[in-house]
Amino acid sequence: MISDLFTVTVLIGILASGIRLSTPYLFAAIGETFGQKSGVLNLGVEGQMLLGAFAAFYVALTTGNLWLGLFTAMIVGALMGLAMAYVTVNLHAEQGISGIGFYLFGLGMSDLLFQKLMGTVETVKGFPEIYIPGLSDIPGIGKIFFSQNILVYIAYLLVPIAWFVLNKTTLGLKIRSVGENPDAADSLGVSVSRIRYFTIILGGTLSGIAGASLSIALLNVFQQNMTSGLGFIAVALVYFGAWRPIGVLGGALLFSLINSLQLWVQVLSIPIPSDIAVMMPYVVTILVLVATVSKVRAPSALTKPFERGD
Amino acid sequence: MSETDKLPSGRARINSLEMRGITKRFPGVLASDHVDFDVKSGEVHALLGENGAGKSTLMKILYGLYHPDEGEVLINGKPVRISSPTDSINLGIGMIHQHFMLVQTMTVAENVALGLPSSRGALTDLDRVSKRIVELADIYGLRIDPSAYIWQLSVGQQQRVEIIKALYRGAALLILDEPTAVLTPQEVDELFVIMNQMVRDGHGLVFISHKLHEVVEISHRISVLRDGRMIGTRLTSETTKQDLANWMVGREVGFTPDRGQVECGGPRLQLKDVSCGSDRGTPGLRGISIDVCSGEILGIAGVSGNGQRELAETITGLRKTTGGQVFLEGNDITGFSPSDVTDRMLSYIPEERMRDGMIKDFTVAENMILREHEKMPYSRYGFLNLREISQHADQLIKKFHVKTPSRETHAKNLSGGNIQKIVLAREIFRTPRVIIAAQPTRGLDIGATEYVREQLLEQRKQGVAIMLISEDLDEILALSDRIAVIYEGQVMDIVPRAEATPAKLGLLMAGVHPEETPA
Repeated sequence: MISDLFTVTVLIGILASGIRLSTPYLFAAIGETFGQKSGVLNLGVEGQMLLGAFAAFYVALTTGNLWLGLFTAMIVGALMGLAMAYVTVNLHAEQGISGIGFYLFGLGMSDLLFQKLMGTVETVKGFPEIYIPGLSDIPGIGKIFFSQNILVYIAYLLVPIAWFVLNKTTLGLKIRSVGENPDAADSLGVSVSRIRYFTIILGGTLSGIAGASLSIALLNVFQQNMTSGLGFIAVALVYFGAWRPIGVLGGALLFSLINSLQLWVQVLSIPIPSDIAVMMPYVVTILVLVATVSKVRAPSALTKPFERGD
Repeated sequence: MSETDKLPSGRARINSLEMRGITKRFPGVLASDHVDFDVKSGEVHALLGENGAGKSTLMKILYGLYHPDEGEVLINGKPVRISSPTDSINLGIGMIHQHFMLVQTMTVAENVALGLPSSRGALTDLDRVSKRIVELADIYGLRIDPSAYIWQLSVGQQQRVEIIKALYRGAALLILDEPTAVLTPQEVDELFVIMNQMVRDGHGLVFISHKLHEVVEISHRISVLRDGRMIGTRLTSETTKQDLANWMVGREVGFTPDRGQVECGGPRLQLKDVSCGSDRGTPGLRGISIDVCSGEILGIAGVSGNGQRELAETITGLRKTTGGQVFLEGNDITGFSPSDVTDRMLSYIPEERMRDGMIKDFTVAENMILREHEKMPYSRYGFLNLREISQHADQLIKKFHVKTPSRETHAKNLSGGNIQKIVLAREIFRTPRVIIAAQPTRGLDIGATEYVREQLLEQRKQGVAIMLISEDLDEILALSDRIAVIYEGQVMDIVPRAEATPAKLGLLMAGVHPEETPA
C-alpha cells in the first residue's frame, strides 16, 4: 500500500539510503564540475566509473584490502583522465565524441577483465558503517546522517572543499578563467594545457572513486555495466547544478532520493510496475534539465579546444 | 637607480627597446621580413599598416606569443630573451589586445590577480589586489571599481581594466593594438588623455592603428609596415596623412570618395515605430521610425550593441518584430520571410560576412548565386544550370575585381576584402531597389575599403536607397547624406550630413542630446 511509505521507519530508511546512494553521483559530478569549469566536457565519466568499480572490487577481493582497492580505482581513473586529457588538449579532439569513445572503452574493458579474471559474480565485505559517537544516537537524524560508510562522509566533505578551491584559491581562479576565456588566461602566463590536464585527471580520479563507492561500499559486488547510466546523470547534474558544487549536491540528493524511493517502493511491494519505478530517476533527469536549461550559462569555452593564435 | 628612472607605478623605465632584423615565416608567407623597430621612454610610436602587413605579428613576437625565426630584441641596449608572455611581462612589457583579454564573468580584481602569485600562497588575496588597483587608478586617472564584474562595464571601462592589468604587472612599455577600434569619439579622447599622461610619466607606448587622423594626433613617430617589410619611420611632425596612406597601400589613394550630387527621390524603405526583441530577451529596438529615400545613403551611427544588428535583421525578415511596420516601396513587408523580402529586391550585406554573408566551404561560384539559386537562369525545375552559374561567376569575378585563383576556389581561402567583394557582387548585380549594408568595411584594409565605398556610392547614383549601418564614424561621415544615431534601440536624432560633426554624433551615441548639456 502507498500508505506504507509514510511510516517513520520507512521515511528514515528512504532518507538514509538516499544520502548513501548520492555518493557516486557526488564524486563523479564534482570531478566533472572541475573539468567543465576549465572548459572540458568529459562524457567518459561512466567508463571511468566502470573501470574504477572493477579495479576497486578486484583488488579488494584478491587482497582483502579495501583501501588498496580504493587507491587502485583512483589510479585507474587518473590514467583514464590522462588519456582523455591528451586526446582533448593535445589532439584537439571533439570532446563529445572522444568522451563517448572513453565510455565504450571503459564499458568493454571492465567487462572483459571481469570475464577473464573472475567469471562469476562474487561479493566482498565493503566499507563498514561508521557510527559517529554521540551524533549517531540522535533519533532519526543519527541514522540518516551519522551512520554511513567513510566514502559518504568524504563525498560530503568534498562539496565545501570544491567550492573553496574554485572560489577562494589562485588555482580556482585559473580554472575558471581557462574555462571562460582561455586566450585571456594564456596572455597572462596561465598554462591552459596544464590546468586542463589537472582538472581532467582530477575528474578521472574522482570518477574512479565514484565507481569504487558502488562496488566496495554500496553494493559490494561487481557486475557488467553496473553503473547503468549513473555517470551520464552525473554529467547532467553539473548542468543542473549550474556549475556550482552546492547545486551539484542538490541535484545529487534529488536523484538519489528518488532512486531510494523507488527501491523502497519495490521492497514494500507497492503495486506500481517496477519498470515504471526504475524509470523515475531518469524521467526526472530529463524533466529537470528541460526546466533548468535556459536559465544557466555554461562556461564560455566549454568543449572548445584551445589553440594559441588566431 | 635614480628617482627619475622610476615610473609612478614604482617600476623602472625602459629607456629604449629595439627590435632588430626580426624575421618570421609562416607556411607560405613571410609575415615579417628583417624588420627593425624601436620605442623610447616618453614617446608614442605609431605602427601603421594594412591588414596582413605584419603589425600584429611583430607585436606578438615582442609579447612572446610568437617566436621569431631571426632577429633579436634589446632592452636598454642589452639583448633579452622573450619566449612567453610571462617573460615579456617580467621585462616590463604590457599588451592591450584588440579583443580584450578579460574574463567577463569575473570581477576586475580577479582579472587583475589572474596568473600572479598571491601573498597568501594558494589562497587569493583579492583585498590587497583591490587596494593596489585603487592606488594605480588614482595615480593614472583611471576610474574603476575593483569589485565590478567585467560584463557590467562599458567597452571604454573594460579597456581601462586592461591598462590597469598591465600597469599592475609593472609594465613600463605598453603595446596598444588598435585600441580605438571599439570606442566612441569621447572615449577615444579620454584614452588619449590617459596615453599622454603615461608618456609624460616616462612610459613608452606602441600605438597600432590604421586610422590616420588618430595616429597623426597622438604619436611622436610613425612607422609604416607593408607586406611584412618596414617601409620607413618618420617624425609625425614631418609627414602628412596623404603620404602615410600612399606608403601603406603602395600607391596613390583616393582619400575622400567623390560623392557627387544626387537628387533624393521618394522614400523606398520606411520603418514606422518598429520594435523587436534582442537575443538576450531584452528589447532590441524600441519604436524606430526612419525613411530611406531613393538615391540616398542613410547612415546609422551608434556604439556597438545599441540595436544595429536587430535593425538590419528586422528589415531583412530575419528577426520578428514585436510592433510597428516596415514598408518597401509603399508595400507593407512586416513579418515577411527573408526570401519574400529578397524577392522584392532588397539586398543585404550582413555584418558577419563569414557567418551570415557566405558559406565558407562553398566555392566562389556557388557563393555568388546563394541568393538567386532557385531562379532562372541559374536553375530550372530544381536542377542547377552549372554552365550558367560558371559564366555568371566569371563575369562577376571580372567586373568586381575579385582576386581568386579560380571560380572553384573555396571562399574560406580568400582574403577578407575579396570575400566582401563576392558578397557585394552578389547583392549589387541583381539591381536591388534597397541595400542594407551592415559594417561593410569592418576589418578590410584601405584598398578594399575604398573599393566597397565606391561601389556603394555608385549604387546611390543609380537611385538605390541605401541604409549604411556602421560603427566607424569616419565612414558614416564620408558616405552618408543623413545620419541617424541610435542608442539603446531608439533613434536619438537624424542629422543632415552638413550639420554633423564627430563631437555632436559622439554625444548622441552616448545617449546625450547636445542641447541638454550646458555649453
